[in-house]
Parts: sequence; structure tokens; C-alpha cells
Amino acid sequence: MAAFVATGAEIPLKRRLRRAERTRQLKALGLVVPLLAFLLFTFLVPIGGMLWRSVDDWEVGKALPQTVVALKAWDGKDLPSEAAYAALASDIRRATADRTLAVAAKRLNYVVNGYRTLLTKTGRALKEQPAAGEAKAALTGIDPAWGERATWSAIKGAGGPVTDYYLLAALDMQRNLDGSIVSAPEEQSIYQGIFLRTFGIGLGVTLTCLILGFPVAYLLASLPPKQSNMLMIFVLLPFWTSLLVRTCAWIVLLQDQGLINDGLRWLGILDHPVRLIFNRTGVFIAMTHVLLPFMILPLYSVMKAISPAYMRAAASLGAPPAVAFVRIYLPQTLPGIGAGGLLVFILAIGYYITPALVGGAGDQMISYFIAFYTTETVNWGLASALGAVLLSATLVLAVVYGKLVHGTATTGGVKN
Amino acid sequence: MSDNHAPRTLSQRLGWTGTIVAATLVFVFLMAPIIAIVPLSFSSSTYLTYPLPGVSMRWYQDLFTSDKWMLSVKNSFIIGIASTVLSMILGTLAALGLASWKSRLKSLVMAIVLSPMVVPVVITAVGVYFFFAPLGLTGNYAGLILAHTALATPFVVITVSATLQSFDTNLSRAAASLGAPPLLTFFKVVLPLILPGVASGALFAFATSFDEVVTVLFLAGPEQRTLPREMFAGIRENISPTITAAAVILTIFSVALLSCLEWLRRRGEKLKAAVH
Repeated sequence: MAAFVATGAEIPLKRRLRRAERTRQLKALGLVVPLLAFLLFTFLVPIGGMLWRSVDDWEVGKALPQTVVALKAWDGKDLPSEAAYAALASDIRRATADRTLAVAAKRLNYVVNGYRTLLTKTGRALKEQPAAGEAKAALTGIDPAWGERATWSAIKGAGGPVTDYYLLAALDMQRNLDGSIVSAPEEQSIYQGIFLRTFGIGLGVTLTCLILGFPVAYLLASLPPKQSNMLMIFVLLPFWTSLLVRTCAWIVLLQDQGLINDGLRWLGILDHPVRLIFNRTGVFIAMTHVLLPFMILPLYSVMKAISPAYMRAAASLGAPPAVAFVRIYLPQTLPGIGAGGLLVFILAIGYYITPALVGGAGDQMISYFIAFYTTETVNWGLASALGAVLLSATLVLAVVYGKLVHGTATTGGVKN
Repeated sequence: MSDNHAPRTLSQRLGWTGTIVAATLVFVFLMAPIIAIVPLSFSSSTYLTYPLPGVSMRWYQDLFTSDKWMLSVKNSFIIGIASTVLSMILGTLAALGLASWKSRLKSLVMAIVLSPMVVPVVITAVGVYFFFAPLGLTGNYAGLILAHTALATPFVVITVSATLQSFDTNLSRAAASLGAPPLLTFFKVVLPLILPGVASGALFAFATSFDEVVTVLFLAGPEQRTLPREMFAGIRENISPTITAAAVILTIFSVALLSCLEWLRRRGEKLKAAVH
């Protein structure tokens, strides 16, 4: 006991407290580290890897290494030197022999249509390495395309190690022969339209959710807790029901022989079924249904906190109810409208499953194309670039959302 | 409590009636598809139309005797339970750490921890697919469990953090001053009090995994197909009444989850009232 008091006297209390606090902080950090390490492995590194793939350009450099080196000095104004032709002939022969040409051919085919055929044909025709000084003649002899600048600038552009080709392509842009950024030809320009469609559907769904969600949130916030808790079940039950169940249910309801069409015909409103599913209408209905709780819940919590005294004060000062509502009540709900709206919009632009199941070919959103290029055509560069654009849009909106709700996160089930 | 529901003037009464009518229509919109699918699952016909020609249990029989569907149910539970346990441990620890950690980096760390909730699932799925494929983590349970844990953990962090906000740290100080070692304090004092939060986080985590289909599309082989994945395939091909039977079972399951959550919330409120 005496020793304890002695050491205590040697180290000032302030320092001991600071040391204890530091240990506490280290312990706290130690508790967070396992999750951070886990997310690093299962989330951050994979997404970083995807972002890297959107600029990674290794294929051509691997299959045609000498050509890429020989083209370093080429200014792109005239045809490349004889040395570049010789390097290409040697590369193509080696790559054909060890079967690495196909990967590079696929990459170059994105830039110039028909490149795959050109390379295979050249590989097959080049029986032996052309004699010194005759490589250019030999290659242009096999295919006149080797006498065109575009053929060569494609190799130089795809020489790696990084490229902006995919990111530009995701925005319907490309580099021309001089290396400046221009719009892609009209028949290849599809992604701007798809991004517009994605944001358009997102905005439409957000507005519909706001219109439908506002009266519900208002009712729930105005009723006594006992009643509003009961009615809240009608919001929470759909929220907790599986996305697939809800999508399936809408298909059953909206199909040509479904309850809605049958009902409208029975009422005599229609005489033949209206197409309500596998088109934009179906996408809007199903997505609004899935996302509506994400609008209602933030709106409800904001409205719940609005004191009725303001409305009473407005009324007592002579404001008609409609004026008091618009000028007094509505402005106070703006944080809820902003938070709910942003949340719905952020979730909506990432939607994949619902449009894939209830939409037609013309209703698919950007996520569909990311999945499509990943699994179907295996154009991972483009899939990653489209993903990078969607991710940037989402993160910007998420930061705004975070600022809006002051870092207090909602416990919403992100179902997608 | 507000008195908005007791309108006095005519226009107030009109506005209130309008609100009730509009909200009722929206409630119908929210509930109709879920209710409408139930009778169809008992239909004796293969066509999903009303009126039902007759009542039968054949689709439920189909569902419970199909190897494909039963395998998917088993897979959903294996993946769901494993990722729930993992995310509960990781999420609770992190929430405890974040509650007592004071640093400028805290908001950044919080943003990272919550980001799997915000990033579109397709992006996570594609990234994980690229990264896991060379590591042999596709076509087996391990990869799916890891991916679902990443998606589910934010919910545990949020619910446990919310519970910790009302947790009185003096209680663990009292335990320590009475000589309890930190681990004992955690299990005897802290955990029982934050248990409702941990449990509702676990329910959220399980529901997230149980309902997730996008990463399953990318990572699962035919042997790991989960219930939603099987439903996805079924809806794509042609909706058979067996899917409606599966949908009804899943809905009953959601009702059970929601009831558990509501029960936990009430219990948590009671505990809070008892402590303060």
C-alpha cells in the first residue's frame, strides 16, 4: 500500500489520467479493428479492385509487348516505323503460338470493329518472321488495314498500363486519332441514355413515394400512439416482406389475367386488358411499393417532432388552415422530405432485381448493364467503369444525405 | 400528442378526411399484393387467376417435397445463420468500440462501417465476384457467408449503437469498482442491458441475408442456391403456383420476424424505464 502511494506521488495525476484515457482509446480502437479488417477484405478491397479494373489495361501489353515498346516513340501522325512493323510481326507470331493473342484481340476489337479477325488472319498468314526491312510490306500484304493509322493508334491507345477508354466509353465518349476526347458516334452512344433513364426512373419513383408517403406519415404522426402503432404495421409488414415475394405478387396482380385487369373489366372501365407489367408502368408500381416505407419512416419521425403549437398559433393569428399548412407546417417537414427523398433516390438508382423481373428490355437500369457486362459478355473493364460512375453518383448523394441527417443513420433495411 | 385529429372548422375537417382517405388508399396499395397472393397459393388450378376453381394444398405439397426448394431453404438458413452470427460478433464489438472512441477519424470510420448499406448491391457483388473468384470463394458457402456478413453488419452496428446511447456507463464503472474484471462486467452487466439491441440487430442481419439475391446470383453455384435465388429463377421462367406457396411461407416468416422485433422494442423500452 505504501509503495502504491509512493508511485502515485511520483507521477502527476494529470499524466496518469491521460495515460489511462489513452489505454481506453486504444482498447476502443481494438474493438473496431476486427470489423474494419473484415470489411477491408470483403468490401473495400473488392470495390477498389473493381475501380482499378475500370482503368487497368494489361491485355495488349501482355500479348504484344515489343510492339507497345516500339510504338512509344511514335507520334501518331504518319505510319509507324519499320521497326514497329517488325516488332508486331514477331509479337503476333509468338502470341499466336502460345495462344495469348485472343485476349488482346478482344480488347482491340472494342476500339476497332473487326480487329479480332485482322489479328487472327495475320497470325495465320505469318508463317515466318519477315526478313529485315520487309515487315511493313509483308503485313500490309496480308491486310491493307496495317497501312492505316487507326489500326496502329488502337494498339498504342490500348498499350497500357492504364487507360481512360472504359470510363470514357461509359460516358459515351472516346479519343479520336489525335488523342482528344470527342463524343462517341451516335450508334454507339447508349450509356448516357441509360444513365438518364436510371436517374429518370429514380426521380419518378422518389416523387411518387413522396406524394403517397406524405399523407400516410402525416396521419401516423397525428394519431395517438395506440392507433398509429397499429397502422404502422401496414407500413412495416411490406417493408419486412421479401423483395422477391412482393415482386412476384405484383406480377400476379398486374398480369393480363390478373386481379387489376379483371377488376377493371368487371367494372366496365376496360373492354380488353391493359399491359401493366413487363413495361415502365410495372417498374414504377413495383419500385414505388418497395421503396415507399423508406419515405414514410423518415417523414414520420420528422413530423412527429413538429409541435402542434405552431399550427395553433397560425390559426389563432387568423391564417386559414390551407395557408397555415403550406407556410407553417410544410417548411418544418422539409428535413424529412429531403432525407426520405434522398434515401429513396439513392436506393432507386442502384435497383437491379425489380426492373429485371417486372421491366421490359427498354426499362433496364444501369445495374442491369453492370451485371450483364460482368457475366454475359465478360467485358469487365466496361462493367467496372459503369460501376465507377454509379458509385460516384451514389457516394456524392450519400454525403449530402449524411450532412442532412447530421450523421444519425436510420435503421432502414436496404433491400434491393 | 397532437390534436390534429380533432379538427374544428369545416376546411380542417375536409383536410383531415382527405388525409384519411389518401392514407387508406396507400395502405391498400401497400398491403394488397401481399394479401392477394395468399388465396392463389391454395388454388387447385395451375393458372394464377381469380376466382379460384377449387381449394387444394397441392402447391404446398409440391414445395415441401421438391428437392430443389428444400435445398434452397436449407441453404438460406445455413448462410443466414452463419452470417448473422459473424455480423453480430463483429458489429457488437465495433459498436462498443465506437461508443467510447473519441477521435477525429470516428466519423470516417463510421462512414466506412455503414457504406455496405449505401453502395448499390450490384457494385458490391461485382467487386466481390472479381476478388473472390481467384481465391476459390465462389461456388461455395464461405464466399456467400462473407459477402452477406459485410452487407448485414451495418444493421447490427446501428441497432447496438442506438442501444448504447441510452446505456449508463456508470453501471460498468460500478461493477469495476466492486472488483469485476472487464470480461465479467461485459457479460454480467453490459450485455444483458444491450441485449435487445443486439437481438434486433441480429434480426435485421438475418433478414438482410435471407432476402439477398444479387450477390447470390454472382457467387453461388447450383448447390448454394438460396430461397430468393430459386424464386428469382422461377419468376424469370414462368410463375407457377409453387412460387406463390413459397411466397406465403416467406411472408409468414416475415410476420414472425417483425413480431420478434416489436417484442424486443417493447422489452427494450421497459428495461430503459426500469433502469432510469
